[in-house]
Amino acid sequence: MQKQLNEKRGFANNPIVKAIGLQRIVVVLAVILEAVLFSILSPAFRQYATVVSILDYSYYITFMAIGVTFCLISGGNDLSVGTGMICYALAGGYLVQHMGWPVWGGMLVTIAIGLCFGVLNGAMVAIMNLPPFIATLCTMLITRGLGSILTGGMAVSWPSRNSAGGWFRSLFKIINNGKIIPVGFAIVIVSIILMSIVLNKTRVGRYIIAIGSNKEAARLSGVNVVKYQMLAYIISGFFAGLAGIAYSATFSSSVAPGTGAGLELDAIGGAIIGGTSMTGGQGSIIGTLLGVFVMSLLKTGLPYVGLQANWQQIITGIVLIVAIYIDVLKNKKTA
Amino acid sequence: MGEVILTMKGIDKSFPGVHALDHVDLEVRKGEVHALMGENGAGKSTLMKVLTGIYTKDSGTITYEGREVEFHNPKEAQDAGIVIVHQELNMMNHLTVAQNIFIGREFMKGGLIDDGKMNDEARKLFSQLGIDINPAEKMGNLTVGKQQMCEIAKAISHEAKVIIFDEPSAALTEAEIEELFKIIRDLRAKQLGIVYISHRMDEIKVITDRVTVMRDGGYVGTLITADCTKNDIINMMVGRVIYEDPKTHSMVKPGAPVVLKVEHLNAGKMVKDVSFELHKGEILGFSGLMGAGRTETARALFGADPKESGDIWINGQKVEIHSPQDAVKCGIGYLSEDRKRYGIVVGKTIAENSTMASLKDFLKGLFIDKKKENEATQKYIDRLKTKTPSVDQLVVNLSGGNQQKVVVAKWLVRNCDILIFDEPTRGIDVGAKSEIYHLMNELAAEGKSIIMISSEMTEILRMSDRIVVMCEGRKTAEIDIAEATQEKIMHAATLR
Repeated sequence: MQKQLNEKRGFANNPIVKAIGLQRIVVVLAVILEAVLFSILSPAFRQYATVVSILDYSYYITFMAIGVTFCLISGGNDLSVGTGMICYALAGGYLVQHMGWPVWGGMLVTIAIGLCFGVLNGAMVAIMNLPPFIATLCTMLITRGLGSILTGGMAVSWPSRNSAGGWFRSLFKIINNGKIIPVGFAIVIVSIILMSIVLNKTRVGRYIIAIGSNKEAARLSGVNVVKYQMLAYIISGFFAGLAGIAYSATFSSSVAPGTGAGLELDAIGGAIIGGTSMTGGQGSIIGTLLGVFVMSLLKTGLPYVGLQANWQQIITGIVLIVAIYIDVLKNKKTA
Repeated sequence: MGEVILTMKGIDKSFPGVHALDHVDLEVRKGEVHALMGENGAGKSTLMKVLTGIYTKDSGTITYEGREVEFHNPKEAQDAGIVIVHQELNMMNHLTVAQNIFIGREFMKGGLIDDGKMNDEARKLFSQLGIDINPAEKMGNLTVGKQQMCEIAKAISHEAKVIIFDEPSAALTEAEIEELFKIIRDLRAKQLGIVYISHRMDEIKVITDRVTVMRDGGYVGTLITADCTKNDIINMMVGRVIYEDPKTHSMVKPGAPVVLKVEHLNAGKMVKDVSFELHKGEILGFSGLMGAGRTETARALFGADPKESGDIWINGQKVEIHSPQDAVKCGIGYLSEDRKRYGIVVGKTIAENSTMASLKDFLKGLFIDKKKENEATQKYIDRLKTKTPSVDQLVVNLSGGNQQKVVVAKWLVRNCDILIFDEPTRGIDVGAKSEIYHLMNELAAEGKSIIMISSEMTEILRMSDRIVVMCEGRKTAEIDIAEATQEKIMHAATLR
């Protein structure tokens, strides 16, 4: 038993493993395991369309998750990204569908409202000192109600692929003679690289980590903790807006008011599975991307094995509990 | 010793109800290590907080480098060259060593943080100090000792002229302390002014040039360390002659049975191999300085914190206590030093608080038998002379002393025979204090056994039948009240 344990530690201390990170390796293995499992259980899973579908889900979850990762690292959380994303897309889409706005205008509005709610969340947490969980739970409610009010309770349809203004759908998926090219993945990769740099190589990221690690120490070191704590939520708001656009562009159905609740858990789950800590100070954007794939594979794969929406929720819940428990154990060990 | 770099003169500071600093003086010269000593609550930390702008002084002057100054926050003091190395380290464990040292003033290259340069600069700092730490290591992976070295490096990188060490050696090993002293001597040679706060008498003799002693918020005096003995300093620290009728002999009946026996208790860093016995009707005082491990011992005994090893006997029977629930079942009640956080629910009534630990006895079917609850509560209100208009008074409206009585009532309702009082009179005014003392004596006379943790020397000498002294997690002395003196206790409390 002891020997086994030592061997395990030996593996964890291997320089290559250390460089990549044990957790990341485990997550990649989990993604592969999921894919293999679904492929064995369902022959229909083994097709190109499935890959496209997994990617479709991954776009908006990744964008939400990038923002949430910053909030988690700062020692907070952002529960408003799910309903927020839908609300911002409804607002932007309404202007395009009913007010004759150009699509790019609607997209800008979508992101702008996301930014506004980011500022609001940030102000509540950093200036008013509300607990992040509660503050963003409230904006979750607010955005859900606001989305319905803005559109008069009606669903909103962003332009379809072949109509005027349908070009924006090609940002994420190009369909040419029935061939589908998931170009959205490129946007995701660019975002991941950019935000990795922001997190690890700029003052913004450095101070957000510092605040999440020990806010008082950061304050005493002369860091403007209010500003940088707020910035984490503003980043989250921006990416929730981006997620709203990705959601509208990748799914052909209309955007329905009152939806979006629960989607934030896919994002938070992705971040935590990817190694971001619930207790702050620790996390990585690349890890988050990997974690998101665990979630989007689940979303795509479960229907193939006959587990529909209700089961998906149960399984998502269980996966989250396991991920958070691992995080708790990890923190116990370092403490 | 060089010229004077810092002078604090006539510093006065009051908080509501407390005169924390009463015209205190302190003078620090370049190239000296100046010890600041005093009992818990003597005002050492307050004085340093006034210096670095965490508190504003009511009156007095601070002269630094020949100019009168007043800092409004630690950052301003730091920018001027006055830096504190805190006892509780202010580190961001998730960042690397270099990132911690240069937080707030990162080196940039092309808009991005230049971690390579920061590592190089940190390495230079460390080689200056003659210490070996990898700047790219995560701070959280270092030992406390190494973290402290990093904090010192950070202080030096700020071009500090005055460095304040607040009990730096409290968490260090012997070897780490040697390294620390080497660094302090180097800093002294470089003509920095160093303030060294510590309780350890032996260290004071080894490392400091002068010593300033404070007592009860007041300034006692400054001595050249080399010219005075350990006892001189202790006498200055203790000084006062106000024994409020201390016990002269133990009130425990000879041959009283042992109700609680603890053997080789180990729990974390703060409780190391602690053994003691408690007799029926005895008040056993636990004395020691802040961080000596007294509260931790009580919490481990009570099952509030996990213990690594140790045996506990109650009335001669071996018991397993893994949680407060187990402890309560064994008849142990714990009265926390932080009443409001752990002792009572202030927003609830006296009755609700009194029966909280024994609600099961007050149920009629599924519901609480209000009549029975009120009767029991009234009984203890009468017995403890709690001043309240009714059993339904909210605890938040009671005075500190009366709140403490409600906590006592809670454990008495539960039929606890062993009561642990952790700082029973903290935050309680003088009148209520003597009532609490009276109550504890009465309980003991009735055959309850009491462990009393107290940082107040007068309280220890007034109340205890026997005194256990702890220092750094270990029991360093056990003294019968008949032989106890402040000097003996203080000696054991600063023993290493």
